[in-house]
Amino acid sequence: MWARAGPGWWSRRTLAAWATRSAGRGTTGALPESALCPAADSRASDRRYSSANSQEKIDMSRFPVENTRNFSIIAHVDHGKSTLADRLLELTGAIDKTKNNKQVLDKLQVERERGITVKAQTASLFYNCEGRQYLLNLIDTPGHVDFSYEVSRSLSACQGVLLVVDANEGIQAQTVANFFLAFEAQLSVIPVINKIDLKNADPERVEKQIEKVFDIPSDECIKISAKLGTNVESVLHAVIKRIPPPKAHRKNSLRALVFDSTYDQYRGVIANVALFDGVVSKGDKIVSAHTQKTYEVNEVGVLNPNEQPTHKLYAGQVGYLIAGMKDVTEAQIGDTLYLHKQPVEPLPGFKSAKPMVFAGVYPIDQSEYNNLKSAVEKLTLNDSSVTVHRDSSLALGAGWRLGFLGLLHMEVFNQRLEQEYNASVILTTPTVPYKAVLSSAKLIKEYGEKEITIINPAQFPDKSKVAEYLEPVVLGTIITPDEYTGKIITLCQTRRAVQKNMMYIDQNRVMLKYLFPLNEIVVDFYDSLKSLSSGYASFDYEDAGYQTAELVKMDILLNGNIVEELVTVVHKDKAYSVGKAICERLKDSLPRQLFEIAIQAAIGSKIIARETVKAYRKNVLAKCYGGDITRKMKLLKRQAEGKKKLRKIGNIEVPKDAFIKVLKTQSDK
Amino acid sequence: MALPGVRARGWVRAANVAQRRRLSGDTGGSRSPAPGSQRAALYVHWPYCEKRCSYCNFNKYIPRGVEEAAMRRCLVTEAQTLLRLSGVRRVESVFFGGGTPSLASPSTVAAVLEAVAQKTHLPADSEVTLEANPTSAPGSRLAAFRAAGVNRLSIGLQSLDDAELQLLGRTHSASEALRTLAEARRLFPGRVSVDLMLGLPAQQVAPWLRRLRELLRLCDDHVSLYQLTLERGTALFAQVQRGALPAPDPELAAEMYQEGRTVLREAGFRQYEVSNFARNGALSTHNWTYWQCGQYLGVGPGAHGRFIPQGAGGHTREARIQTLEPDNWMKEVMLFGHGTRRHIRLGELELLEEVLAMGLRTDVGITHQHWQQFEHQLTLWDVFGASKEVKVLLEQSLLLLDHRGLRCSWEGLAVLDSLLPTLLSRLQEAWQQRPSSPVPGG
Repeated sequence: MWARAGPGWWSRRTLAAWATRSAGRGTTGALPESALCPAADSRASDRRYSSANSQEKIDMSRFPVENTRNFSIIAHVDHGKSTLADRLLELTGAIDKTKNNKQVLDKLQVERERGITVKAQTASLFYNCEGRQYLLNLIDTPGHVDFSYEVSRSLSACQGVLLVVDANEGIQAQTVANFFLAFEAQLSVIPVINKIDLKNADPERVEKQIEKVFDIPSDECIKISAKLGTNVESVLHAVIKRIPPPKAHRKNSLRALVFDSTYDQYRGVIANVALFDGVVSKGDKIVSAHTQKTYEVNEVGVLNPNEQPTHKLYAGQVGYLIAGMKDVTEAQIGDTLYLHKQPVEPLPGFKSAKPMVFAGVYPIDQSEYNNLKSAVEKLTLNDSSVTVHRDSSLALGAGWRLGFLGLLHMEVFNQRLEQEYNASVILTTPTVPYKAVLSSAKLIKEYGEKEITIINPAQFPDKSKVAEYLEPVVLGTIITPDEYTGKIITLCQTRRAVQKNMMYIDQNRVMLKYLFPLNEIVVDFYDSLKSLSSGYASFDYEDAGYQTAELVKMDILLNGNIVEELVTVVHKDKAYSVGKAICERLKDSLPRQLFEIAIQAAIGSKIIARETVKAYRKNVLAKCYGGDITRKMKLLKRQAEGKKKLRKIGNIEVPKDAFIKVLKTQSDK
Repeated sequence: MALPGVRARGWVRAANVAQRRRLSGDTGGSRSPAPGSQRAALYVHWPYCEKRCSYCNFNKYIPRGVEEAAMRRCLVTEAQTLLRLSGVRRVESVFFGGGTPSLASPSTVAAVLEAVAQKTHLPADSEVTLEANPTSAPGSRLAAFRAAGVNRLSIGLQSLDDAELQLLGRTHSASEALRTLAEARRLFPGRVSVDLMLGLPAQQVAPWLRRLRELLRLCDDHVSLYQLTLERGTALFAQVQRGALPAPDPELAAEMYQEGRTVLREAGFRQYEVSNFARNGALSTHNWTYWQCGQYLGVGPGAHGRFIPQGAGGHTREARIQTLEPDNWMKEVMLFGHGTRRHIRLGELELLEEVLAMGLRTDVGITHQHWQQFEHQLTLWDVFGASKEVKVLLEQSLLLLDHRGLRCSWEGLAVLDSLLPTLLSRLQEAWQQRPSSPVPGG
């Protein structure tokens, strides 16, 4: 049976606690790794299983549980996770060895552009070792702090992880966060020190860091260069040797965990599943424990890394199934699938992702509402972690308030809207979910509860009706060379953060732990940290609940008219500086108009900051040289076209750019 | 063998007589009996300069040596070709611009004028303007240009401050410019224009105004006042980018413009266009053609034109641009008779957009009659009368819409570029909503 871990860190992350083995990490095999698998074997296996486009279906019954390993690679950004995945895919013949294998598993445009994995991917690798045919399921995980929820989702299907650390950069904040995710889930952790080919690589120092921070003996580290392929084969051997097979039984009734799902326009929902028990094959009738809906399985298969249909999937295996589900909400992450009329105890269902950053999304032009609606729907089909609430504002018309896992997640979503669906949107200031404990009996009755969550700053209840306000806080981990410690401590103090811990992880690297109000880090903290540490400090955080806070609602006015998009909930101590900064940014980004514009920040009726944009006195290009009016006309027509995209507040024209410049991340001065 | 010299001399003699008559102050409406499509202004581009000015990104070249004879032949050939192509019967003005056209030989100017006079009717009192750079135009040379048929001079004086002239990379000093101005006024009385810039880096309002007043004591009846635009790719732009020079202050430039136009008004000048001022009716008819969206032919490297190629059976106005680079342009002219690089048909709406954007630059704006020449169906009232946004502009007294037509107020003219997007977008809307026009010939 699959064992369950006790309540702990996982549940704090809103995840059901799933663990895959009861023993602690690090089972060391009896055989030396080098003796384990002659290279020739793996080449033979290449030929047999390399062809992803082979028409013959693989017989998955040939892979018993004991020959199956489910594992993930986790790493800090740029430490080489995707490159290692590419090499493993090549070694096992899943993809050809060409120079073009760059981050094969990163399918999204934004992933390749930004070098971040956003969407978890899975690949089944076939590998022959010591005459035994192994099925190694690699579950690639997202690589950014925003997506640690998805990381944990992927981990739930694994028994072990490769923790990749850059031999030059050493342990970074995300390495720590990832390690503890795996550790708390009681997975085997295989530390892999990558990039040993780099000139400044110092694998011995990294070994010591790993020993000090994670308590893993340094001789357990595998030193590789994924880029050059050095020593990568021994990683596969370690996977086989050190990661236990899943504890699952074919003879039991089907019990499959949905750990991810994607949407295909033609085939519907493709659910990624891990089989805890039983067998599933085409034609089976399955039931969703969550919705109690019954489906007929049209297709099962493995990901290699493209979908490759198989006859069946067996206990312990990881693959996909398509069963006529029309909507990803029908294949919710954490749901259990079982055979019709053979109900099983459902695996404790995962809660849905908890959005930490909210923003309003509106079409620039209301006539584009329907297009945007369909784009948002399509995108959320593939990204169930985005929450969608319809919203409307007088100024912006109909739109949505979307909840994201973090700021990057929001940016990625927006970028995909623009790039993949050609939709242009207005995004409002990102906010965090505040809470208010109501004191007014009337309001309590109205809301039906005493403690309410405020997602939209426009709905912030007045202080007279509130006993106290609460704000979300996170525990942040910062790892930095010690020369930047002073500056970072100052930065954290300006962000109202409270220091919880500080330790040297080696002779000149410091790990700091701070409790941050989430609101203080969602907008520009990461950029500030990076810039004041010349890029060396790394940061990650985990949810730490709520704390009381003195919050106020601040309005931004243009010639006396409230700009709804810019309503901000802010800590009392920060109101002036935030208000002033917004006014200044608006002043810089508002084009001059034919009259003067007063920009004000106000709390209630009290004006706390003001800037003025003077009226145009002259705005006319002087000359049309030699009758060259084409250029001038082009410019004017572009402006006329641009006018259609302007928002009017009173009689003031506010270009989308102005909103973006005000709302967008700005580094600290 | 043709004898251009004889004919040219004939035209020049007649022109010289006519030059003494003053042009009427008539600006709007038709000046000649020929229909609009048979009339045109002619722009001739001389692409060479002695030296690169630090602010100029126009199409000009600093040659090691100019093959003037070849250039002359090509300008003549292209003028002939385009005149034939356009089917134009009457040329009402000629403008030699550049570059520095005063570096060309007077004989080149004469040859072009002669070619035009041969092909079409070039009335003896047609305005023939030459842009002149103070250093390249000593008195004797100006007289030669006059003899070649030039009857109006536009002097690129730019500033009366030697330090500013140096900053601009001009080759002349203030005193040289004034000497040229005096010489020009003697030769072309009442027909001399000076260009003056404002809004230079570090330029202050009071000294600039003082020099404008000084200039007004010495200048003739036409002044062009224009604000420096920092163009990408110029030395000045680079200097400002580098921080070697302060960026021009738009506030100060606005003040100079406002003060300057007031001073000019008080001195009896009519601001007949955004940057052009004239007294005693000395308006430039050539530029007026641009603003009224009349036809014009562009001859020479990189020249722009707007005309209906009637000679080739065309019925639609085209925006035309000639090949930019002089050597390539010459090759094309020698091969094909012209160096037109691109010709783009202007749609009806596009033409109306130009009518609007150009017409509003003038003090008379767009009269109802003028608008009607281009658009028969929608009146100015139809387009702008009911618009809420336009109404705001009318209420702010930036714009006027009345029985005469649509025009900017004194205040509105200075902020025209902020008015035009609203007006253009309104025009586009009205155009889309107009009742479908009757099928021609149906």
